[in-house]
Amino acid sequence: MERIPILRMGNYLLVTIQVDMHDKLALTLQDDLTNRISEVSAKGVLIDISSLEIVDSFIGRTLANIASMAKVLDAETVVVGMQPAVAITLVELGMSLPGIRTALNVESGMEYLRDAVANHEERDDFYGDSTED
Amino acid sequence: MIFTGTVQKTETVPIQTSSDVVVVRQRVRVWTTEMKFSLVEQTKIVTAASELGRNTLEHGGGGSLELALLINGSRRGIRLRFSDQGPGIPDVALALRDGYTSGSGMGLGLGGSKRLMNEFEIETAPGVGTTITTVRWK
Repeated sequence: MERIPILRMGNYLLVTIQVDMHDKLALTLQDDLTNRISEVSAKGVLIDISSLEIVDSFIGRTLANIASMAKVLDAETVVVGMQPAVAITLVELGMSLPGIRTALNVESGMEYLRDAVANHEERDDFYGDSTED
Repeated sequence: MIFTGTVQKTETVPIQTSSDVVVVRQRVRVWTTEMKFSLVEQTKIVTAASELGRNTLEHGGGGSLELALLINGSRRGIRLRFSDQGPGIPDVALALRDGYTSGSGMGLGLGGSKRLMNEFEIETAPGVGTTITTVRWK
């Protein structure tokens, strides 16, 4: 079965979408990623969509779902590399991707994740282990 | 009829699986590139085609897309016609409203793709099917 690879780097999971995804493949990615977050206790997920030539409402919704599921599993998600033409089209389509953190490129995306995870750990240290419950 | 123009060439793409929706996107990309639409225009047309192709599959139970090159004087346009023999759309005005969804989407498919194109027409009848014709002029 066709799958999009998920790479692990320490506490982070990295995904680069390099194929024109059909809907089932997008749903497979959603499931695989959610399972991986849980398996490896990932703290952050970075999804690079710089190769995607379009993001329609289904792909947008899948990205939003991934971010929500990751959040529930205590991981931050950042989507990076959206092409300008894709951003223009998405907004005109009526989607603003609420709830999804975006960054211009992989570098600033990783920076965001590191900060988010560090802040999170600081809060945990201050309040004890179970503050996020 | 609003879509006035001479049809210069056509191509038909079947829509029976979610991989066919990817083929729809690829063919529309090829056509819009050949017609020298700008990158933003290409992206809008391909995105609209993806939304409408998915509707044809999910709500219409499958069907087809006919692409056509329209010539009207010095203007050229791409016409996309999605047809299915599905249950039809009971309330077109409601279906066009943002946020309304009868399926798994976000309810932006119809209204959103209408915004991405220049002309848009829905012909639908219960039990007969739905044909959506849309044009973007260059």
